Amino acid sequence: MSRAAGIVVLSLIAAAGIAIGIAAGSVSIPLPELVSALLHPGSDAISDIVWKLRLPRVLAAFSCGALLALAGTLMQVLLRNPLADPYVFGISGGAALGVMFGMLLGLGTLMQTGLGLGGAVLASALVFGLSLRAGNWNPYRLLLTGVVVAAGLNALLSLILVLAPQTAVKGMLYWLMGDLGYAGNPLPALVVLVLLFVVAMPFAPAMNVLALGRMKAQSLGVAVSGVEVVLFGVAAVAAVTAVLVGGTVGFVGLIVPHLVRLAGFADHRWLLPGSILIGGGFLVMADTVARSAWAPLQFPVGVLTALLGVPILLLLLAGKNKDAAH
Amino acid sequence: MLRTEGLRLAYPGRTLVEGLSIGFQPGDVWAVLGRNGSGKSTLLHALAALRTPQAGRVMLGDDVVENVPKRALARQIGVLLQDESRDFWGSVRDYVLLGRYPHARSPFGWSAEDEHIAQGEIEAMHLQGFGDRPFATLSGGERQRARAAALFTQRPDVYLLDEPLQHLDLPHQVAVLERLAHEARNRGAVVVMVLHDLLFATRYCHRFLLLFGAGRHVVGRAEDVLTGDNLRDLYGFPLVPVEIGGERLFLPERLSGEGPHV
Repeated sequence: MSRAAGIVVLSLIAAAGIAIGIAAGSVSIPLPELVSALLHPGSDAISDIVWKLRLPRVLAAFSCGALLALAGTLMQVLLRNPLADPYVFGISGGAALGVMFGMLLGLGTLMQTGLGLGGAVLASALVFGLSLRAGNWNPYRLLLTGVVVAAGLNALLSLILVLAPQTAVKGMLYWLMGDLGYAGNPLPALVVLVLLFVVAMPFAPAMNVLALGRMKAQSLGVAVSGVEVVLFGVAAVAAVTAVLVGGTVGFVGLIVPHLVRLAGFADHRWLLPGSILIGGGFLVMADTVARSAWAPLQFPVGVLTALLGVPILLLLLAGKNKDAAH
Repeated sequence: MLRTEGLRLAYPGRTLVEGLSIGFQPGDVWAVLGRNGSGKSTLLHALAALRTPQAGRVMLGDDVVENVPKRALARQIGVLLQDESRDFWGSVRDYVLLGRYPHARSPFGWSAEDEHIAQGEIEAMHLQGFGDRPFATLSGGERQRARAAALFTQRPDVYLLDEPLQHLDLPHQVAVLERLAHEARNRGAVVVMVLHDLLFATRYCHRFLLLFGAGRHVVGRAEDVLTGDNLRDLYGFPLVPVEIGGERLFLPERLSGEGPHV
């Protein structure tokens, strides 16, 4: 199968995820009615459910998952570390601290988002500043600084959870695990996703070279420092946007790039679009299960991403080891 | 083509190269000799603009190498680093094709010419049949051949090689050296390589740069600089000249009481 055909398959998977996400829920919608509601929006109940409830939720899930997978892919190549994820800058911890603080004070959603954005920017500025200050920049120091700052932020988060009134704790925990229940209008996140993809994609060939190390990449004509600044920026904006949409959804940013690589799309020209499609599709499906499988009970989607993602990745890894042994 | 002017390379508290001025002429094959840590790799990095010298400069034509745009520089200077990551995301063909990166017109796919050049170099390094193998599964010697193939795919005018013969078996050591000699002779390329093999250095190189550490160096042709005294100084080890078939080679002296006695 050629890679172009592979991307078509990944697109179909993503599209199927979106269709299932719109159709499934407390009211399940048969395919013909779904299509007619999408093509000819009316004022009937089905159209309302599709256009006002399901579609925004599904698109929020898609953009959140796609942004996390994009950020994860970029971080893994920039840090040349397969364990890197979108949150290594301290972005998740900073945003979480801001949002939790807003919740603690009982502020509105917009203010919470603003505080989350501020926290994410402050935390990532702190991590970058500390790792740059030492001079002679290297990815390991950034990774280590990020891990240490995140540990400190986690301690503060625990403190807020202890201090918060009992009634507020559940909402906080849902946010921390990653929950799309409060995601509003998905349009801003989708616009950010498209913009970041357009910015990052021309750098895909340079990323292929950068995987060999900074010095080798420079000797092959990559302006390494400039490329790194742009891609770190893209990864940071993607991670912040995703966190503000869905809270700190775990695992998607870490495992989706590996899933797509294991499926045969290791070349970054295919890995970037592949990760976006599968990251988005995966989070839509996880969210659909989270909100409908045990309805009326609604689980935070972050629980599902781990429960679904871990076995899938372990299976693929086991299959790959078997291949390598032959 | 490539030249250094008053080059000084140093780490805090340690000078490696001092006042080095060399013109590397097209068609010349250079050997850089010296002990571990004498500054050979550091010099190669400075020549390739991968490191800023503490004083002096490296010129490529009329330009300081550090001012040449990276891609344009990579079309003229190719580097075989001593060491690089073994983890690579793709196949041997993916790896070798990266040598075309500085030449690629479109970022989204290789031209038929790129593919053709890469395939030719894969075959020249006897890696046919390895093209689709994941690069990470190669043995040390196979990986070194793939790295050489990628460098030849780059088609530079200046070859800077840090221990190009490491991990290679004898026929492939000769294959790489013959190819480099061919590039110098037929394309007027400059070849500068760090070598630890005196036999191949004397056989394939026209010019020698001996780095003694602490900034001291000697530059010249084999007959002028490859003397028993210079080499003993260089390696801190006695070497004896031997004439075989008109070739003057150097062998390490046998240390008394060691090694097998036949």
